[in-house]
Amino acid sequence: MNMMAETTTEAKQVQPMSEPSFKMLGRNVSVHYGAKQALFNVNLAVRQNTVTALIGPSGCGKSTFLRCLNRMNDTIDNCRVSGEITLDGQDIYDAAIDVVELRARVGMVFQKPNPFPKSIYENVAYGPRIHGLARSRADLDQIVETSLQKAGLWSEVKDRLNEPGTGLSGGQQQRLCIARAVAVSPEVILMDEPCSALDPIATARVEELIHELRSNFTIVIVTHSMQQAARVSQRTAMFHLGNLVEENDTDKIFTNPDEQRTQDYIMGRFG
Amino acid sequence: MAGYVLMFLLAAAIVMAFAGAAKARRTADAVPGKTHSRPIYHGLNAAIWTGIPAFVFLLLWLFLQNTVIDHLVLSAYPGVEAMDASARSIAISEVRQIVAGNIFKQPTPEALAAADHLRSLQAISGWVIATVAFASAAIGAFLAWRFVGKRARARHSVERAVSIFMLLSSLAAIITTIGIVTSLVFEAMRFFSMVPVQEFLFGLRWEPQIALRADQVAGQGAFGVIPVIFGTVVISLIAMLVAVPTGIYSAIYLTEYSPARFRAVVKPLLEILAGIPTVVYGFFAVLTVAPAVRDLGTAIGIPAEPNSALAAGLVMGVMIIPFISSLSDDAFAAVPRALRDGSLALGATKGETIKKVLLPAALPGIIGGVLLALSRAIGETMIVVMAAGLIATMTLNPFASVTTVTVQIVTLLIGDAEFDNPKTLAAFALGLVLFVITLGLNLIALRTVRRFREKY
Repeated sequence: MNMMAETTTEAKQVQPMSEPSFKMLGRNVSVHYGAKQALFNVNLAVRQNTVTALIGPSGCGKSTFLRCLNRMNDTIDNCRVSGEITLDGQDIYDAAIDVVELRARVGMVFQKPNPFPKSIYENVAYGPRIHGLARSRADLDQIVETSLQKAGLWSEVKDRLNEPGTGLSGGQQQRLCIARAVAVSPEVILMDEPCSALDPIATARVEELIHELRSNFTIVIVTHSMQQAARVSQRTAMFHLGNLVEENDTDKIFTNPDEQRTQDYIMGRFG
Repeated sequence: MAGYVLMFLLAAAIVMAFAGAAKARRTADAVPGKTHSRPIYHGLNAAIWTGIPAFVFLLLWLFLQNTVIDHLVLSAYPGVEAMDASARSIAISEVRQIVAGNIFKQPTPEALAAADHLRSLQAISGWVIATVAFASAAIGAFLAWRFVGKRARARHSVERAVSIFMLLSSLAAIITTIGIVTSLVFEAMRFFSMVPVQEFLFGLRWEPQIALRADQVAGQGAFGVIPVIFGTVVISLIAMLVAVPTGIYSAIYLTEYSPARFRAVVKPLLEILAGIPTVVYGFFAVLTVAPAVRDLGTAIGIPAEPNSALAAGLVMGVMIIPFISSLSDDAFAAVPRALRDGSLALGATKGETIKKVLLPAALPGIIGGVLLALSRAIGETMIVVMAAGLIATMTLNPFASVTTVTVQIVTLLIGDAEFDNPKTLAAFALGLVLFVITLGLNLIALRTVRRFREKY
């Protein structure tokens, strides 16, 4: 693998783009799991109020990169992150940053819906309660309602807020998890293959939702589905074997990518 | 005789296993087409049919033969109509002693005749066993042998036999429990015919030292169970106060905070605690903890007795820590990682995640551990026999001496006890009370768990 070539291509792309609209910026991000290196000097910018899709074959490091953005990798023993990742220009791996506050600003939705074994209401109220976002019960009710509305779930669950969240269907559970993430008013929402456990109809609903969320949040989504990346994202980054192959406007990536490997992957020649 | 029959059955089963498997292999090779069961299943099937029915018959016969033989011998015994139950049992045991060769005095001619009768019956019984077992094994072997074939479903047959065996295994515990409870209830009924139920259940005095013979000087005897239960409750409460927080906190630390190396050392050590014999805890309690507690009581100005509830409770608490800790540990470890991640990703700290997500999700397991520990505490005997008192007093002072249900059962049954006076029968009533309490606790626990469980 020609790493030098990649970093230079990458440098060429990053340089003219360093405008203030960058929400998060990764520079030379490398990740090791024990002795095994999972990510090699990745340089990637995440733009404000944009959906950035991370694509690539399994094990290419896209989820690893995503989990670096809110330091969820910290919870894995023997995982080491090097390089620099900034949020609004501030290094998130700096000792001055409290990881708890960081995660309140950079929320996450997981591959498998993981609602807490609590009521629908309590699931959404969980984050606001922890961070003291509501001054009164009425406040909290309001936050829960708006979050569920933003997640497009309100009309379906408004009459059964006290039923367990685990009793919802898979697609509803995933939207509940999105509502839960939205409830803490994060700036960035990370989504790790949020539709891989859902049927096509539920997937369409979540994709629609991602479209709507874009106006308020910056979204980074890992996906295995080319069509999904093309449908929901404005920017797409292609990973392969722990390297960032290229990152560009989604239209450009899917019509006329610079790299042969991207072309091959999109055409289904590997991966 | 039975031993030889058993050995024969075992040998026959093994022979049939190989023979069946061999025949299955031959038929599989001889006939074209698909074979249903592999030879090993035909072998096992043949062994089961040969051995098991005969074995079951053997067990039943051995179980019943003494009763039947005794009955036959007695019915032929001269003058049996005039005897009462105890005279009959004396007569039959004398006859059995003669047969076993233990002759203490010159036996009566009737007894000698009966002994001969017994011997001949035993011989007949032995031959019957042997004949029936051989016949049964032969028929079983023949049927199983004929059964072997290309399409014969030996696999299903073997699995059915195994599943029946498993069913019996699971019934064994239940049947034993029913038996124990029945005998408890039966003996307790005899007790309640001498001491009224309401006096036992609501009486506030427990003084079981009554006169066994007319010439003895002793108290009237009082069988009020309340003070005894009170002592059990006090000691169990102290034990739970020690064990529940310690156990749960240690489980949380070990699963969520401790470095892997620390956990690898401490967890086995904690489980060793569960392996210490309770009698060792007992003398630790009486020799080390009790004096320390007494000194402490004197130091802070509370009159302390050498055997205090606090000493027994503290040591018992330490004893049950591993139950709570180990089961809570499992419960925490079983909570899916996705729930932890979900909470952490919302910006919750580790502590908040544990308190609000892990603890509720692990609650059923934790309650299970706590209740198991509580049942252990209530039923624990050795520590309290050594470290708690014998006199039933109703006091909340942890430095005072109290007694427990288990201690009383032990003291009531030790020594020459006849099972026809309230003093010894009271032990069964106490046992019944203990059983009802733990049963009630378990029922409450099940309901609580079902109600508060956060299912993941």
